[in-house]
Amino acid sequence: MTVSTELEVQSFVLLRLGERRFAVSANQIAELVAPSRVFRFPHRTLKLEGVILRRGRIVPVCDVSEMLLGKRLTSRRFYLIAVRNYGTQREWIAVPVTGECELIKAEMMGAAESDAPHVAGWLSHDGDVIEVLNLDALTPGTGPALAGATVRQPAEVRL
Amino acid sequence: MRLAAPGKASPAKSEQIILFRVSGQLFAISSAAVQEVRSADSMSGAAAEISAPGLRKVRHVVRRGDRSLFIVNGAMHFGLHAAEGTLLFVLRKTRTALLIDGIEKMTSMTRLQSLPLCFCHEERQWYRGLTALDQTVVPVVHPEGFLSSEELALLDSALLQTDAAAAQNPEVTDPSL
Repeated sequence: MTVSTELEVQSFVLLRLGERRFAVSANQIAELVAPSRVFRFPHRTLKLEGVILRRGRIVPVCDVSEMLLGKRLTSRRFYLIAVRNYGTQREWIAVPVTGECELIKAEMMGAAESDAPHVAGWLSHDGDVIEVLNLDALTPGTGPALAGATVRQPAEVRL
Repeated sequence: MRLAAPGKASPAKSEQIILFRVSGQLFAISSAAVQEVRSADSMSGAAAEISAPGLRKVRHVVRRGDRSLFIVNGAMHFGLHAAEGTLLFVLRKTRTALLIDGIEKMTSMTRLQSLPLCFCHEERQWYRGLTALDQTVVPVVHPEGFLSSEELALLDSALLQTDAAAAQNPEVTDPSL
């Protein structure tokens, strides 16, 4: 028996966190921006640092380095603004990264059952095997408290 | 990838807000939600001590006729460093009097962005949303978000005990807020 494994070439953005590189589907990326002031206020959601103002939007900043590397980033050069899905809703999220990002085309192999939930798949590039991240699993935003809130609150209220 | 742009500018309708500080942190509240602003000192004579298990943010209650106002320490509510509150906001249509450091100013906001969905814990009850003022982002508090119905039930229960204790010793009041 032969198993067909045709893989589709897709676009990915490679990002650097410390010494490691990760990939995110290019469809999920809005832009790469220089770090700006992070506005902090009290909250209880882990991994969220605060918010930045970007083009009139308030965008949450989520540091995923601790989950991926086991330690926090000591330096950050850019924020990768990505789209995070919440059911049918989508919002921007800013992920601090430590270096330039690169747009590549590659074939992605799907994640195995044994992979962590934040792994969407794997790709091979420049001799490295790189994790493709599932930002929806990597960043906070699920849970029963959210379900009620999404129904009640519109994305924006103009007074 | 693009998301739908924020709504186009329309004739700006604004909401009056009060900017206030708790432990140095800036917050906003709709001025319509504030029934009274009192100095903490002026309320201290009427305040009685109360202690509900696991609810350290409320230590005093003020009786007004048949109504009880629970004084919520804003710093403890938000998990900030304890600060000596000097002002109280008596919040309309609630049983909360919020202890704060001080008022920054009154202003108006024309846009309230709902809290991003990745904030997914108690803060969703705390805040109506976020607003950008003078290139600063300020959380706009929900007046009903300081005491949940479960917390109010705990406090009512503790109040019964306080009443029983006060009945035994009617001269006890607590001047320290």
